[in-house]
Amino acid sequence: MKLWRTPLDAEKVRVPHGVVSVIIERCKGCSFCVEYCPRDVLIISRNFNKKGYHYPEVVSEGLCVDCNLCEDICPEFAIYSDPVENTPAPATKENT
Amino acid sequence: MSTAPAKAAPVERKELHHPKDTMLREDRLPHIWCPTCGIGTAVSCFVEALRETNIPEEKVAVVSGIGCTGRVAGYVNLDSFHTTHGRAIPFATGLALAKPDMKVVVFSGDGDLVAIGGNHIINAARRNMNITVICINNFIYGMTGGQCASTTPQIAKTSTTPTGNTDYPFNVPYLMDACGATYIARWTVLHIRRLKKAMGEALNKKGFSFIEVIAPCATLYARRNRLGTGFDLMKFYHDNSEIQHGADTKMVDIGFQEKIICGKFVDIDKPTFLERYRGETNGGGK
Repeated sequence: MKLWRTPLDAEKVRVPHGVVSVIIERCKGCSFCVEYCPRDVLIISRNFNKKGYHYPEVVSEGLCVDCNLCEDICPEFAIYSDPVENTPAPATKENT
Repeated sequence: MSTAPAKAAPVERKELHHPKDTMLREDRLPHIWCPTCGIGTAVSCFVEALRETNIPEEKVAVVSGIGCTGRVAGYVNLDSFHTTHGRAIPFATGLALAKPDMKVVVFSGDGDLVAIGGNHIINAARRNMNITVICINNFIYGMTGGQCASTTPQIAKTSTTPTGNTDYPFNVPYLMDACGATYIARWTVLHIRRLKKAMGEALNKKGFSFIEVIAPCATLYARRNRLGTGFDLMKFYHDNSEIQHGADTKMVDIGFQEKIICGKFVDIDKPTFLERYRGETNGGGK
């Protein structure tokens, strides 16, 4: 994320991270998760599942902030994110 | 000329378990609802709301009628019953009276609740039965082939009104308000967090609580009216829904592709049927 300046509480705020999992065979390719993901973690895969739908695929895994929006909006119960326990150190001026 | 496509690498298929699977009948999934149908999202919100309210699962019953939304009873891993068309509310009324400690949730569609079961819903609201009603409004009879429903907006095309609907639709929150429901809210399936919160509030509410959920029907309503896919309808909700908490329910009717007013319209406390019947209250007050 691009910031104008380093936030004053950047040392304290730890951005959560998540790992997205897709249950491929349940997906019906509605693309809600891809379109509404706030961090653009997903794209529509070129592959098909067994029923012939293009399922979502994780392209930028490190960006997921475990907001669970994909899990809540998915009408098929086919996608969810799990929090990563060892959240990396908060972003500072040096490592962004 | 491009090279022959390489054999697709076998996709790793490890056993995945969705966190909501414990509340769903996993063996029945994937469900029958069409791609981009909003009912699945509403069920997802309901399951999450139920988990957050900490009501024990054995104390919740889900009753559905007939229709696309009627299938919800078959997918939730709770005590559930799939009743005949329009009769979800009478069944739920009986259940709520026989088991007053149970939370009875009616999860059904607009055609089932407002059209065919219209008499039941107005009388259950009038008596202030202790049930929660979640009405998925997709403006059409989905399962039977897209016939005109009592909530279809004027000029919308359906298979029985191919030149456009001439009737005025029901303004369901106004109807429920007039009948005396204690909690009335309307959200689209795009408002997932607010819908979840409203469902939690409705589940904790004593008396007749009603939530209208606007959901896209891509296969029939959107196709017949040339509105694109369900995702286009979601974009429409994003651009055209307006949140007005406490709005006058008289003003919240929905026109064809017009502004959708969402929010919590009514939240009052009234003695329920059972409390009045048992004489636990003397008239008004809680």
